[in-house]
Amino acid sequence: MSGKTRDGAQALIDGLQQQNVEFIFGYPGGANMPVFDALLDSPIKLILSRHEQGATHMADGYARTTGKAGVVLVTSGPGATNTITGVMTAHMDSVPLVVICGQTITPNLGLDAFQEADVSGISFPVVKHSYLIKNVNDVPRIVKEAFYIAESGRPGPVLIDLPKDIAVAQFEPDNNFDMHLPGYVIPTHGDPERISEAAEYLSRATKPLLLVGHGAIISKAERAVRILAEKMKIPVTSTLLGKGGFPENHALSVGMLGMHGTAYANMAVMECDLIMSIGSRWDDRIVGQADIFCKDAVKIHIDIDESEFNKMICPDCCIHGDARLVVEELNTQVVPNDTAPWLKQIEKWKKKFPLSYKKRGGLKAQLVLDELNNLVQGDAIITADVGQHQMWAAQFCRTTTPATWLTSGGAGTMGYGFPAAIGAQLAQPDKLVIAIVGDGGFQMTLCELSTAVINKLPLKVVIINNAYLGMVRQWQELFFDVRYSGVDLEGNPDFVKLAESYGARGFRIRRNADVVRILSEALAYNDGPCVIDAEVEKEDNVFPMVPSGHPYTDMVLERPKQKLAKPVGST
Amino acid sequence: MDENSVDSHSISLLVNNKPGVLIRISLVFARRGYNIDSLVVSPTQNEIYSRMSITASGDRQTLEQIIKQLNKLVDVIHACDHTGEVVVEKELALIKVKCPVECRTEVLQVSEHFKCQTVDITEDTLMLQVTGGTDKLDALHTMLTRYTILEMVRTGKIIMARGVATT
Ligand SMILES: Cc1ncc(C[n+]2csc(CCOP(=O)(O)OP(=O)(O)O)c2C)c(N)n1
Repeated sequence: MSGKTRDGAQALIDGLQQQNVEFIFGYPGGANMPVFDALLDSPIKLILSRHEQGATHMADGYARTTGKAGVVLVTSGPGATNTITGVMTAHMDSVPLVVICGQTITPNLGLDAFQEADVSGISFPVVKHSYLIKNVNDVPRIVKEAFYIAESGRPGPVLIDLPKDIAVAQFEPDNNFDMHLPGYVIPTHGDPERISEAAEYLSRATKPLLLVGHGAIISKAERAVRILAEKMKIPVTSTLLGKGGFPENHALSVGMLGMHGTAYANMAVMECDLIMSIGSRWDDRIVGQADIFCKDAVKIHIDIDESEFNKMICPDCCIHGDARLVVEELNTQVVPNDTAPWLKQIEKWKKKFPLSYKKRGGLKAQLVLDELNNLVQGDAIITADVGQHQMWAAQFCRTTTPATWLTSGGAGTMGYGFPAAIGAQLAQPDKLVIAIVGDGGFQMTLCELSTAVINKLPLKVVIINNAYLGMVRQWQELFFDVRYSGVDLEGNPDFVKLAESYGARGFRIRRNADVVRILSEALAYNDGPCVIDAEVEKEDNVFPMVPSGHPYTDMVLERPKQKLAKPVGST
Repeated sequence: MDENSVDSHSISLLVNNKPGVLIRISLVFARRGYNIDSLVVSPTQNEIYSRMSITASGDRQTLEQIIKQLNKLVDVIHACDHTGEVVVEKELALIKVKCPVECRTEVLQVSEHFKCQTVDITEDTLMLQVTGGTDKLDALHTMLTRYTILEMVRTGKIIMARGVATT
């Protein structure tokens, strides 16, 4: 016993301090007032959001940037349920969060007390783990376990439900406590036999391809991956979340694969004789038609999560372990083979089917992002919301270092990009942080402009404003006979004036000729957040495109003359 | 063996003895549309753990995935599918049969054949207790349908690995 009396809320904050938590992203209410009170006596900085979803995405942006768990503190009932979209977003993308929810007093649990919601029940399917604290003595252990679980292995969100009577209950914390997690085992080194088998496959392949996923970034495998690629002369593609796991300006990079991947990455997928996934889960947007994906190629799968094996596809060799440790071990065993003809072939595809767009006519979203990329040269943290602008950003903004490209991949959560940028900017105050958003998604969380302004965050919000829910419109154009239904964003605000009313700077781009000048001006503005409203052509489409659920052979590179069949995949 | 054939599986789990664990486990099954046929939760020799014995039917490939997802749960110490292994599997049933005096002898003969215990008897009813493998219980059930079964309660299957192997 320490001999010092604390209450539950104080012990919780003590626990966060022991985890070196810098920020809490939160919103107060009746049930979490004791914690807000305890927070006043700690060095942890509270970032008050304007909506709990925003707080959750901020914590997520912080976590993706640092690798440390982002901490969210909300009240019971609606406060807690407002985080669910953010929790699900983090869960789908393996992002560590610790979400602390106030709760009604324990005698009232299950009695429909004021602002009582069964958040544990609501969140079970979207958390890595969760706790309902029933005994104040458990607070220190639970906080420690929550961080450990959130950050280790395949990371994910952990929810702590803290009833108000526990938050105010007094106790003497015992500093000698152990975590008790007998069912939680973290794999490290893969099975040596499987690794040797993979090394042999790699050494024999003449047309190999590395597929880098988010897991490679989480496990900090970038160096090992680069060594493998360079030693073996293997081209590297990445998933949407794997961007940055291998520098996209490297000669061996073919950029992103999948539904809106580069043509040359997708052609490499079609032609390769071996594909090795390093921390990707072969998501349905990557494999298209799963049963014939890379049918004749050897498929190797490295994953820390065993339940990803044989899920979407059945690989020839599965290695259960930490991506970095496994690739490091592989590097000691692989023997280079001649891949020169294969690399030459890929160079040909790169020349013949580059990412391209027309520079004439109205303002081009691709041009805005292409020029932005030229201006920042990879030296920025870029977050993207969800939609056409996200795919164009993924294509044109080259990511050269890990954890500098943040976007909601698995969940595709509109409204993620801007608050995530706030979290990223707080984590990296000296870095250039840019949020690329659509006019639709931005309006889902733009109330956080207040949060960005009061914290004087110099982040830039680039709105690719097409006055449409562009990605849905694209599908309606291509697959539903141009029958537009519910995609016109008439009634959009004047985003420049809107920014100014929050005390942020506003810029507007209307012509291709102004892009570089206005972007440069905005990038040079660092007195707080700024919003750049790029009024782009309304009806442009993202290509290449592999219709969902289709094989790669159905990839279209430009607007097809005839109508496309409705895709068989889900979204 | 056909990957997609629907068959019955015996799964056992060692889990933390805590509220909410059962929900986490049943959600894994429900999400894949896998039906749980029986489920037994019981204490173990160590009070901090519980044992779950589950029988569920569905295709094998999905079940493999489910087992891996169960093992991923923080509260699950381990989960395994014992289908096809030599394990001891038992269940117990209580069956209440409508049994007027005329057919009592007949019912008791059946009961004796299946080594049942008569645990309650009234003028019109007879309650039998039977233990054994699922097949035996099913067979008794079939036999008794010739009379009127008023109620039947089965515990569901419990499983234990033989010898020194752990369940
Ligand atoms: C919360 C949420 N609701 C709906 C969707 C479906 N959806 C995907 S993209 C998209 C359009 C996004 O429009 P906008 O933000 O303007 O970006 P654009 O596609 O025009 O670049 C929609 C509605 C989603 N992904 N997330």
